[in-house]
Amino acid sequence: MYRFEYYRPTSVAEAVALLREKGEGGKILAGGTDLIPQMKERGRHPKYIVSLSLVKELRGISFDNGDGLKIGAGTLMAQVAEHPLINERFNVLAQGAELIGSLQTMNLATVGGNVCNAAPSADAVPAFIVMDSEVGIVGPGGSRTMPMWQVFEGPGRTALKPDEILTEVRVPTPTQNSAGVYIRHCPRKELDIAIAGVGVYLGLDSNNTISHARVCLASVAPVPLRATKTEEYLVGKQPSEAVYEQAGQIASGEARPITDMRGSAEFRHVLVKVLAIRCLRQAVDAIGVRTTR
Amino acid sequence: MAKQSFKLKVNGSEYEVYTEPNRPLLDVVREDLGLTGSKEGCGTGDCGACTMLLDGAPVTTCLVLVGEAENRDITTVEGIAKNGVLHPVQAAFVEFGALQCGFCIPGMIVSSVALLDRNPHPTEAEIRYGIAGNLCRCTGYTKIVEAIQAASSRM
Ligand SMILES: Cc1cc2nc3c(=O)[nH]c(=O)nc-3n(C[C@H](O)[C@H](O)[C@H](O)COP(=O)(O)OP(=O)(O)OC[C@H]3O[C@@H](n4cnc5c(N)ncnc54)[C@H](O)[C@@H]3O)c2cc1C
Ligand code: FES
Ligand code: FES
Repeated sequence: MYRFEYYRPTSVAEAVALLREKGEGGKILAGGTDLIPQMKERGRHPKYIVSLSLVKELRGISFDNGDGLKIGAGTLMAQVAEHPLINERFNVLAQGAELIGSLQTMNLATVGGNVCNAAPSADAVPAFIVMDSEVGIVGPGGSRTMPMWQVFEGPGRTALKPDEILTEVRVPTPTQNSAGVYIRHCPRKELDIAIAGVGVYLGLDSNNTISHARVCLASVAPVPLRATKTEEYLVGKQPSEAVYEQAGQIASGEARPITDMRGSAEFRHVLVKVLAIRCLRQAVDAIGVRTTR
Repeated sequence: MAKQSFKLKVNGSEYEVYTEPNRPLLDVVREDLGLTGSKEGCGTGDCGACTMLLDGAPVTTCLVLVGEAENRDITTVEGIAKNGVLHPVQAAFVEFGALQCGFCIPGMIVSSVALLDRNPHPTEAEIRYGIAGNLCRCTGYTKIVEAIQAASSRM
């Protein structure tokens, strides 16, 4: 690896001040599972590194029924995947976190790193987006909040300025009779990058009509993509195989995939449809309602 | 970039190294501390040959800058046997012939020990998941899984 200056601030404020003072060409380091391979193999050579390893305030998970779930940006994927309350009430987040590489990867990789690396294939991101998550951002001018789906501007590009730090992800408490599901398709079961992924969150009202729907597509656009036409279609429908089929078709149309070494655009369109149908079926199953044939 | 001083706690011993901060923990442990059990296979987090425990959790140390591991408990394969007695996992690997070239084994042992620490009686599926981040080109994994099962039944 090329040489760089190495700083370990102990607070968010100190980290932001450093980024501001040192100026361009720096990089924030969290778990390093994206950044270090990029520095070793993909020609990324930051002048300086601001490590978050000593910034304790960025780590931890808390929950309050009113405020919802808060996950510090420095929290490890392993902690999200194992957290009892997340598994019980925010299960889709555990599903996403559990997919991040091997156990060794999950013990390094952070939530903030998965978001800020801004890969269209980031597996924790669709889960957060379908749960309507917001992110907290702190910079020299203070703090701001934005819906997670608006963070992404392109592969590797986010709305954060170079001297801003993502501090936490906030997830509202899901309503009764709701469930989220994330499914990705990979050639291998472990340690691979998705060819396509679909995340779904559904809420049903007392008549078992879909009252909330959120759909996010992974690896089929330059950014994790909210499938808003699919969401609009689903709201007001009764869950049925015919509805899943039609929703899958619409989602497939919303995808904007490219052809690369992992799969063709054509294949990805088909995958989106298949995965969306499976997600919808599983979400309705998880709520405990029977799908009409 | 100036060299910096880093305090490392490896297998219960404290070390101070004076080095460039751009070096991975794996390289410092092998080259500066002379603990060459841990191996570098890929250098990019995929193979698990460099696995060490950081505060008890397995991590790929080719991705960990030396400074990130400062003041944390680091365990390498050299720290698994106690007082010259092999850990039950190590003894079972020998007994079952769960190794061929041996390159993956230090990481494999460390991951297996971490698995049994957390889950003393894993199912076969749990064992396979526990070592999914450790690639082996030689054994086909069957003997490794059998050895871990045997170790689990003896602990
Ligand atoms: C073997 C292996 C397998 C993997 N498998 C998967 C997989 O299946 N699915 C998947 O989605 N990913 C996978 N990854 C990628 C990676 O592990 C995840 O994206 C991880 O969540 C990145 O987190 P990190 O803490 O390691 O980030 P880092 O590498 O430390 O940082 C990533 C980027 O985010 C920036 N950043 C980090 N934290 C902040 C912050 N708080 N504020 C602002 N910017 C920040 C950094 O500057 C950098 O640009 C894999 C990686 C490896 C090595
Ligand atoms: S050498 Fe670290 S994972 Fe391969
Ligand atoms: S024994 Fe040769 S790689 Fe595992």
